[in-house]
Amino acid sequence: MRGYAGKFAEVDLSCGEVKETVFGEETLKQYLGGRGLAAKLLWDRLGEIWERVDPLGPENILTIFAGPLTGYYPGSKMCISGKSPLTLGIVGSTVAGEHAVDMRCAGFDGLIIKGRAEKPVYLLVTDDGVEIRDASHVWGKGRVETYRILLREALQLLEGRSPGSREWREPSILHIGPAAEKMSRVTAVQTKWAHGAGYGGYGAVMGSKNLKAVLFKGLGPLPEAWDMGRAREIIWRILRICFRSDSMRRWGTGAAGYDVGSRLSSEPVRNWQDEWHDERSFGVDRFEERVWVKRYWGDFGCPSTCLKLSVVRAGPYKGAVCDNPDYENQAYLGTNLGVFTPEENVYLCSLMEELGFCGIQVGNTLGFAAELYQRGILTKEDLGFELRWGDVKGFERLMKMMAEREGIGDILAEGTYRAALKLGKLKGLDLTRYAVTEKGMGIGAHGIRSKLDYVEAVSYPCSVQGGDHTSPAMRDIRKGDSELTVILHDSGVYCWFNIMKDEALDLIWELIQAVTGWQITADTWYKEMALRILAIQRAALLVGGPDITWKPIKDDDLPARWYEPLPSGPYKGRASDKKELEEDRRRYFEDVGWDERGIPKSSTLKCLGLEAVDKKLRSFLGNQ
Amino acid sequence: MSAVEPIWIARDLPKCSGCRLCEVACSLHHEGRIWPEASRVRVFMRVPGAEFPHLCTQCHDYPCVKSCPVGALSVDKRTSAVIVDRDSCNSCGACIQACPGRVPFLHPGDKKATICDLCGGDPQCVKVCTEGGWNVLRVVEREESHSYKLYARRPDEITMDLVTIIFGEHGERMAR
Ligand code: SF4
Ligand code: SF4
Ligand code: SF4
Repeated sequence: MRGYAGKFAEVDLSCGEVKETVFGEETLKQYLGGRGLAAKLLWDRLGEIWERVDPLGPENILTIFAGPLTGYYPGSKMCISGKSPLTLGIVGSTVAGEHAVDMRCAGFDGLIIKGRAEKPVYLLVTDDGVEIRDASHVWGKGRVETYRILLREALQLLEGRSPGSREWREPSILHIGPAAEKMSRVTAVQTKWAHGAGYGGYGAVMGSKNLKAVLFKGLGPLPEAWDMGRAREIIWRILRICFRSDSMRRWGTGAAGYDVGSRLSSEPVRNWQDEWHDERSFGVDRFEERVWVKRYWGDFGCPSTCLKLSVVRAGPYKGAVCDNPDYENQAYLGTNLGVFTPEENVYLCSLMEELGFCGIQVGNTLGFAAELYQRGILTKEDLGFELRWGDVKGFERLMKMMAEREGIGDILAEGTYRAALKLGKLKGLDLTRYAVTEKGMGIGAHGIRSKLDYVEAVSYPCSVQGGDHTSPAMRDIRKGDSELTVILHDSGVYCWFNIMKDEALDLIWELIQAVTGWQITADTWYKEMALRILAIQRAALLVGGPDITWKPIKDDDLPARWYEPLPSGPYKGRASDKKELEEDRRRYFEDVGWDERGIPKSSTLKCLGLEAVDKKLRSFLGNQ
Repeated sequence: MSAVEPIWIARDLPKCSGCRLCEVACSLHHEGRIWPEASRVRVFMRVPGAEFPHLCTQCHDYPCVKSCPVGALSVDKRTSAVIVDRDSCNSCGACIQACPGRVPFLHPGDKKATICDLCGGDPQCVKVCTEGGWNVLRVVEREESHSYKLYARRPDEITMDLVTIIFGEHGERMAR
């Protein structure tokens, strides 16, 4: 078998046991890796009892998977999954960095982590295998200290084991922050100081397992390709396509912070009460000229280097460091909170990363809280202070309370949707109408009311990953940015920013063949493989539990906010149309082989070889 | 570029994006595979954001060559690169210790000393870094009047300089 290291490390933190697991060639060929394989593994192991599995209990399984193209396709990523503490389904959450390459070079395609360690631990993955090591000394520490301490420790250890053989390069590190240790559902699995796998809430899953970090250092080559000569040629063609993406390379998604608000009216402003603004103080030029100290920053093998490094060098937020901020963080920790100054935005991002939150999720929750304050539903007594739009100090304070689970922060740490339910009960009001979420997850910063952004009415309601803007359901299921295509990238596992041009997407089938030797075509993918993964994810989402169960159709809807007309801007008055959503949704369900309620049909599941999924769905949903 | 003249690779470290495509190009050229730890140029990242490529600077006095007890290292007169005779190398690591930048390393495959050979005069790492537009690595003509050993520095030392450029006064705290 080519393109794979061939084995996965399976770690049971409860008993400290580490063993190796292999998947048969047929399974790998059907699910590739990353998101696809995680869905398969999670369902096989937990499907029967899915509704009873507590995502934050020891029975949940955390998967950290690469894919056959990781390291080969320009721009490498890792895909993290498990039962999501936010959606209660399966979310494939990706993060860029060198860890996936280091892991594959150490001879593993992924880690399967179960149980719960008694005391805080970290894993060290090397060519010699996986070691479980004490992490008490870094428990409670933020990103900078965690990274610094573990790095020094690992370098000393490696040097001690083979003195004088080399100047050791850093292992790659995945880690969590204090908020994730306290199992806040709005936390990320982070890497370096500034990137994270945020969607899904897997920081909390690591926290629940007492797993502070995973370090990877592999010395070997990437797993052998089936036809390296051919692979090499395709890699160069893809690199050259990406080298031409000048604006993406220069500004990354940071260019969108102003654009999506002023031109497209699709940016969250004050908890989505508006989606339009014309604040030129928030233009990409201000970021570029004032805070970006590194204009091109990328991870392993990346031709686009669309990341940027921001440092605030003067003023009250001096010393704040974060990456970009990218569009999502500009929006959620900027406009969504009424913050329109780059330095303040960078500060909030820096704090978010230091504490280990996901920027989108925590920004969504902070905005929700601020709207409740604006409406007098949350008061100064509830919070302990006042919380006005644009008040960076207030948001700073609330974010820290969430990380500590102090006061109202304890409820908000559960994420917007769960907080809406709990606070709603306390206040005797329906607060879910202010929660801009989908299946328990804060929605990506791309609105649909103006209809000018790329996402469509069905994008969030029909996505198997909840409100994930990087995995939107699309009416045209074969579209380049449709969920079915994204499943390919997330299973492959590589960065889809490097495959946005159609010419690159056309090359992917050839690269898969050159690396694995398998003939997978667009047809096999869209008509079979992607549908299989999609169906498993949808099944897990529909079963849900234990704290919440999503009702088909009723919960496959847009957030209430989006049925309210846009209050200002050139597209003032536009709102989502329920009829249109219903029609699109019906057609979408049909196209992916689900019934009118969005339940994968028996015939579809049987065709895909998913009899067990069919059985579970029928017995679970049969009486509803 | 077909160099008949001795060449040198000049580096503009603060511009490095950390993309590591230089490693991809180098390992593809020398190993026929993507093999970051066998790449002759290796990108260090002691502090995120302060990435930089680390490779042989062809010191004018070649301490590595002099240190080798079995004479496995020599200098290519044409390019000025250090050439390793893999059959003779006994993996003792003397060259690694002798190098002021700790640049050589034992190849993770055969454990033989491994050092940039300037690709025989046509550096692959420079090509990709230039084509990608980062221009961190550039081929310049080597002048015998210059002391290239100045640039052979250990990753930790280089990091200290870079973090102050990139993060300002907070830099050193991050690199401790
Ligand atoms: S190719 Fe250039 S920019 Fe990229 S890591 Fe190498 S030296 Fe840095
Ligand atoms: S940099 Fe190191 S390896 Fe290169 S010539 Fe100098 S001593 Fe030798
Ligand atoms: S010049 Fe050639 S051998 Fe030296 S680092 Fe660059 S690619 Fe590798």
